[in-house]
Amino acid sequence: MNLGPHADFIVAAYAVTLFVVAALIAWVLLDYSAQRRILGDLEERGVTRRSRRKG
Amino acid sequence: MAVIDLANPTRFLRIVDRVLPWLIGATVFLLAVGLYRALNAPDDYQQGATVKIMFLHVPAAWFGMFGWALMSVAALGTLVWRHPLADVSGKAVAPIGAAFTFICLVTGSLWGRPTWGTYWVWDARLTSMLVLLLLYLGVLALYWTAEDPGRGARAAAILSLVGAVNLPIIKFSVDWWNTLHQPASVFRIGGSTIDPSLLTPLLIMGLAFTLLFVTLHLAVMRNEILRRRIRSMRLMQAQEVHA
Repeated sequence: MNLGPHADFIVAAYAVTLFVVAALIAWVLLDYSAQRRILGDLEERGVTRRSRRKG
Repeated sequence: MAVIDLANPTRFLRIVDRVLPWLIGATVFLLAVGLYRALNAPDDYQQGATVKIMFLHVPAAWFGMFGWALMSVAALGTLVWRHPLADVSGKAVAPIGAAFTFICLVTGSLWGRPTWGTYWVWDARLTSMLVLLLLYLGVLALYWTAEDPGRGARAAAILSLVGAVNLPIIKFSVDWWNTLHQPASVFRIGGSTIDPSLLTPLLIMGLAFTLLFVTLHLAVMRNEILRRRIRSMRLMQAQEVHA
């Protein structure tokens, strides 16, 4: 594949896009595991939601 | 199952957990196909190989704008119907829309330098797109800095509705003003002006970005629902301690 005389601009555009999308995905995954961990800790300590309570 | 059933956060989470792996698989597959077709597409007769930037720039622009449109619909749900999932949806879209708008601006700038001879001009299309990014940052600031999440959500919803005025300005800026940016060439009356050898990979990348957007949106919504669940559990815990 020959990207011609402006290869730097093409490679930079693809690299920036890859970086931004990868950062977005990493943030989503890290946030998910953090929320799951906090939720697990709370449930372990016996804290439940109102809708889960009996009586 | 009725659509209204999705409005229940617990049921929504169950559905998201079930569909997310399929969506991720389909997104990866379409992105791979789209990138393969994009990188092997023929050069443009005028722009040469720099036309390959179009396959990122154009879908990013579509979803930067679509994100704001979705946020405006969610804002109506927040302000008019006060639906909790509407605010979750609006808040989840903001960082994704901002990221796509940022990609659009940076790739556009990198495309502009070899094509126009400059990274940036203050023409109507580029400026209105920059305004969109600043509006996204404003909404994110409202969500992330408000002490009371309810007030932050309402303020963000109002800004989302006001900012929607910018969408037709972006779309028609190339018709209303004399701009360096080219006029619409994909979705236009009379059909696309792009050769099928370039249009097909562009549409595949558009579809791949659609799936990426939906997948990220659902995943961020799931995180936000969990965050609100944690907040309400902590509040209940605090009330019990004080009781």
